Amino acid sequence: MVLRLGIDVGGTNTDAVILRGREVLAGVKSSTTEDVIGGVRSALEAAIAEAGVDRSEIDVTMIGTTHFTNAVIERRALDPVAAIRLGLPATACLPPMVDWPEDLVEMVGGHRYLLRGGYEFDGREIAPLDEEELVRIAGEITEKGIRAAAISSVFSPINRGMEERARDILQAHCPDLPVVLSSEIGRIGLLERESAAIMNASLLSLSDHTVDAFGQALKDAGLTCPFYVTQNDGTLMAADMVRRFPVLTFASGPTNSMRGAAFLTGVKEAIVIDIGGTTTDVGALAHGFPRQASTVVDVGGVRTNFRMPDVFSVGLGGGTIIKGDAETLEVGPKSVGYRLLQKALCFGGDTLTTTDIAVRAGMADIGDTEKVAGLDADLVEAARAAIYAILERAVERSRISPDPIPVIAVGGGSILAPDRIGDLEVIRPENFAVANAVGAAIAQISGEVDRIFALEGTTREECLNSAEREASEAAIAAGADPDTLAVIEREDVPLAYLPGNATRIHLKVVGEMGGLDA
Amino acid sequence: MRDMADSCWTLDEADILALEVGSGILGTGGGGNPYIGKLRALQTMREGHKLRILPLDALEDDAKVVALGGIGAPLVSFERLKEGHEGLRCLRALEERMGFKADAVGCEEIGGQNSMEPLVTAAYAGLPVVDGDGMGRAFPEMQMTTYAIYGHRSTPSVMCDPHGNAVCFEHAISEKWHEIMARACVIAQGGASVLASAPMSGAFFKRHAIPHTYTQAIGLGRAVLEARAAKEDPIAAICEREGGQHIFSGKISDLKRHMERGFNIGVASVEGLDDCRGSVGEITIQNEFLVFRRDGEMQVCVPDLVVVLDLDSGLPITTEVLRYGQRVAVLALPCHELLRSPQALEVVGPKAFGFEDLVYHPMAETA
Repeated sequence: MVLRLGIDVGGTNTDAVILRGREVLAGVKSSTTEDVIGGVRSALEAAIAEAGVDRSEIDVTMIGTTHFTNAVIERRALDPVAAIRLGLPATACLPPMVDWPEDLVEMVGGHRYLLRGGYEFDGREIAPLDEEELVRIAGEITEKGIRAAAISSVFSPINRGMEERARDILQAHCPDLPVVLSSEIGRIGLLERESAAIMNASLLSLSDHTVDAFGQALKDAGLTCPFYVTQNDGTLMAADMVRRFPVLTFASGPTNSMRGAAFLTGVKEAIVIDIGGTTTDVGALAHGFPRQASTVVDVGGVRTNFRMPDVFSVGLGGGTIIKGDAETLEVGPKSVGYRLLQKALCFGGDTLTTTDIAVRAGMADIGDTEKVAGLDADLVEAARAAIYAILERAVERSRISPDPIPVIAVGGGSILAPDRIGDLEVIRPENFAVANAVGAAIAQISGEVDRIFALEGTTREECLNSAEREASEAAIAAGADPDTLAVIEREDVPLAYLPGNATRIHLKVVGEMGGLDA
Repeated sequence: MRDMADSCWTLDEADILALEVGSGILGTGGGGNPYIGKLRALQTMREGHKLRILPLDALEDDAKVVALGGIGAPLVSFERLKEGHEGLRCLRALEERMGFKADAVGCEEIGGQNSMEPLVTAAYAGLPVVDGDGMGRAFPEMQMTTYAIYGHRSTPSVMCDPHGNAVCFEHAISEKWHEIMARACVIAQGGASVLASAPMSGAFFKRHAIPHTYTQAIGLGRAVLEARAAKEDPIAAICEREGGQHIFSGKISDLKRHMERGFNIGVASVEGLDDCRGSVGEITIQNEFLVFRRDGEMQVCVPDLVVVLDLDSGLPITTEVLRYGQRVAVLALPCHELLRSPQALEVVGPKAFGFEDLVYHPMAETA
């Protein structure tokens, strides 16, 4: 039976689980460390010890991380980027990063370059690539010490030739400059694709460092099995892909916690609330999968067009600070965060938190109950009611039918959840605290096709079917269970400029990793 | 025109945010991406220009109103963004060719980005935009404005692209010919240009424009945003305000889309959800959502509005951001009565779009 190690590297905690088939052998929480390595190492050592397995028997390691999302949200560890757009004279009305929050633009340096180039919809050039200007920009990049470049050409999803040429010119002058091409990341929709490319470029040093740290921690632990990182849609990608495309992990946190919740309970239709230290993420499971957002999703205030689960966050967690008395009560949104063990009253600290309320109300047995025994009963009752009201509103928002589906509470702060929210029953699975790491461990396998098909002598339906067959075969070859395959992305973009009625088909199939059953 | 200037109201950022949503709903999937339009309007405001609306009754009879808007395929305007001054170049070239000065800018199409284009151009020119438009929604072709339907001859007109090209259509023998020639030209110009038409008199505009549509779109957008903020059902808020019906809920299960003759043409299939489970919906697209069928049976068609919203947020989805797997609500809203007269139906009824077998039953009359 396959033995897998799942690790979740969050902002506060690093969790590890070991699964044999469907059985959770161990689940541990440990603190995230500045260097990432320390936290991963201590979590996986503890998990291996708890599971009592021989480390050489571990077949595969999967890591989920919110490291890159958090870097954008918290505005840290971002490199300055040269945001280069090929499209003038078109596109001048809205420069790169026009819809970004000011402070984020500042973090990445605000280096915007618009130059002549790009394609029309029919493949003509808008203007020939302004190579001279590129050479000048290369000089400025060197001079200003800009660390990376993101190149976005108009209609590059239809023809990426000009982006590639621009990259070659830049790299001829700046040999070590990492360059991200928008066509490698996104679809039609210039601003969203360009923004994703710029964010990706700004995260490259961090991703390099982080992937190295993951590899080092596993090597230090004597683990020689391959390791993968989970991406937005709950599927795995190889470590080297994360190095190049850190933005593809942006939504993996909520995806993993929801898939973990589904796995731990066996429930397919539910609302999942993941209560952490500072925030609660709420999303819905439909047929055992996170429900996807239909429209664009903001990450740290920037619009993206990634496929992401529809998750809604509220400022309530185990470390949320309670102020005032029963009358003037304020719950959050400030939190003591990862300093809970120092700050909360029940751990001998000086700050009243939601965790103290839960302990005093007898909902949880952690810390020292003596230290919260003196809390005013009215205050505790009012705070408890306020916490329930926040959770109920969040659950109602994610609920799309009146059917009485259960609520699954996961995450370290889920002691705050009552036994019922509104008319819905709350399930708290065993190992609820490490659902994220479980979600990473059971990440899905995908197969993908992205290529130009000629429609001459055939039909669109036949091409889509053959693309689906090809993607399915790739997924099965990579270890997916054939009975669980489902199409999650299916897009065809007719390429009017190519002869033979050509169309670009992008199709992605996912399935559960084989060996989960029995 | 001093009196007119005094009666104008100036839009603020909140109005633009509401207009993005309201014009997106009235855009029935087309009219250009309202998000891009919103960013351009905000950018113009930040540059220090004023975006002003002139109430319809403050428009003087002898005022000269130049209606303008983007023309092309929505997918192009979402990818090859505009240079920004296409509209102003059209206006100036038209004034020079015809020897007049515009008093106000008119809106061709309140739906989508075409609600913003006149605001941006008018702001650059220091003019207001009149509170009304030629469609009360979005339509794929130029002859489909109430201006054209009720007798305005839109040539001479000027079309400009981001490159700096300007084309004057000196004379078209019919509005349909104007559309055909303009469409050929917009393909040559890369699929997303701006066109300004020969001026209308204030008196004509007051009689034949769909009235008060800026007020309507901003109010509608505000109602949706307020419902969302209050955790109330935005879809119900839209239906109540516009006299509409929520006719289908489902998931996009197939999407056929291509560029043809300068339009985005396509069909979206929707697999029923909730109380529509077991049914299949089909939306026909020509830049806009034109017809909705349920299990092969037509439920709503032009000129009534087929609106596609995100099922959960209630926010409008335009044709270029439709995607496999999206969960959507389909709404039917009644069109303005100016679009329901026999002469209007000849131009904007189902037969005008080649749907020979469809018979239009006005929602407003069957409800």
